[in-house]
Amino acid sequence: MNKTDVLIIGAGPTGLFCAHQLGIIGLTCEIVDNLDKAGGQCIELYPDKPIYDIPAIPECTGEELTNNLLKQIKPFNINFHLNQRVEELKKVNDRWHVKTNGNKEFDVASIVIAGGVGSFEPRKFPVKECEKFEGNSLFYAVKDKTIFKDKTISIFGGGDSALDWAIELSNTSKVNLIHRRDGFSGMEASVQKVKELNDQGKINLYTKYQLDSISGQNKINSVKIKHDEGEVKDIKSDYVLGFFGLIMQLGPILDWGLNIDKKKVEVNTENFETNINGIFAIGDICSYPGKLKLILSGFHEGALAARGCFKYAKPDEKLRFEFTTTSKAAQERLGIKND
Amino acid sequence: MPKITYRTQDNKTHIIDVQNGLTVMEGAIQNDIPGIDADCGGGMSCATCHVYVDEEWLDKLPVKEDGEEDMLDMAFEPKKNSRLSCQLIVSDTLDGLVVNIPSKQG
Repeated sequence: MNKTDVLIIGAGPTGLFCAHQLGIIGLTCEIVDNLDKAGGQCIELYPDKPIYDIPAIPECTGEELTNNLLKQIKPFNINFHLNQRVEELKKVNDRWHVKTNGNKEFDVASIVIAGGVGSFEPRKFPVKECEKFEGNSLFYAVKDKTIFKDKTISIFGGGDSALDWAIELSNTSKVNLIHRRDGFSGMEASVQKVKELNDQGKINLYTKYQLDSISGQNKINSVKIKHDEGEVKDIKSDYVLGFFGLIMQLGPILDWGLNIDKKKVEVNTENFETNINGIFAIGDICSYPGKLKLILSGFHEGALAARGCFKYAKPDEKLRFEFTTTSKAAQERLGIKND
Repeated sequence: MPKITYRTQDNKTHIIDVQNGLTVMEGAIQNDIPGIDADCGGGMSCATCHVYVDEEWLDKLPVKEDGEEDMLDMAFEPKKNSRLSCQLIVSDTLDGLVVNIPSKQG
C-alpha cells in the first residue's frame, strides 16, 4: 500500500503541474498513468506538433512541454506508476483506497483526476468475432514475438507500428500486410522497405483491403479481406495483429458515482472538487460553465485543486498563501539554497 | 444559416442550422447530436468525429488536408466517403450537406 497525501490520475501536463503545486504547498503525491510514459495526449497524440499558446512560451512541442514539466517537478521526487489504470475506489474512514489493474494500492487523503479524455486503449477491429480470438491469436500489441516464429501473420494498419512489425516479423514468419489504402502514415523509409520486401516475396502486401471476417475454432485459421471494389480474398493466418492507434476511454472512473455529463466530470470552479468530497477533476476531463480545453486552463485548475486538497491532507493546519519568489518554505521544498 | 443534416445510427434525421465558420463537428456537439465524440476537440488527432458523407456531396467538399487520411486509417470502419467532421467548415456552399454518423467512434 502506497500512502501519500494525494493520488493524481493522469500524467499529462495538467497532472504534472498539479503535482508541482502540491509540492510547493508541502503535500506529497504519486501519479498513475495507463501509458508507459508521462505526457498524456501531448506525448501520445502530438509529440512533434508545435503548441503556440502556453503563456510565456512562444512555441514548443508536446514533448518539450512534457520534459520541462518533468524538470520542474524534479525537486519533489514524485513516484510515477506507469502502465497502470485505476480500477477500484473505496472510502475507508476519512481516506480513499485506490487499486489499479496492476494491483497497486494507494491510501490517500484526496484524489485529483487529470485523466484527459480517458485512458488510452488500443483501437479494435470493427468485426465482431475478433473478440473471441483476442489475447489468444489476435493482438493489438506484441508482447512476445517468439510465438510468431514460422507462423503466418496478418498485420492490419498503415502506421509505423504496422510497418515496423511487418518488417521485423518477415525475418521469421510469413507476413501479410493489409491496409485500407495505397498511402501509409508511417515513415517513408519503412514504406519503401515494405515495398521492397513485397517485391522480393517476403511480405504479401494487400492495399485497399480491410478485414471482412475471421474463421477458426479455438484459434484463428484464416481471415477474409475485402477490397474497396467488393472482391473478397481468403488468406490463411495463424495470427492477426491490428495496429490502429489508441483511443481514449473513461473506463472504471464512470462507476465511481461522479456526476458525469457527456464523458466529462462536473466540478465547481472554486477548487475543482467533484460532487464527491475529496475527489477533484482538472484538465480536459472536467466540465464547468465556460470550460476551455486548453493546457493553460488545466494549469489554473491544478493550482486551485492542489489548495483544495490541503484541508483533507492536513485538516488541523491552515494553508497560508505564499509566493515562490519570497516563500522560504516553498524554496526549501524546491531545493533552492539561499545564502 | 446553412442547414446540415446529421443521420444517426438509430435512423433519426437531425436537420440543424449551423453557423458559417463552425465545423460540422461543432454543429453536432453544440446540438447534442449523439455519436460524435470529438475527443481531441478538433485537432485532427483522434478520429472520433468520423462521418460518412452522402455520395453526392463527396466532390463538393474541401479536399482533405495532409493528415486527415492518416487519421482516418484509425477510424472505426472507414470507407471511401469517410471524413473527419472537424475538418469540414460550414459555409453557404455546404448548405444541405448530409452526413451519416457511424455506429461507433472506436
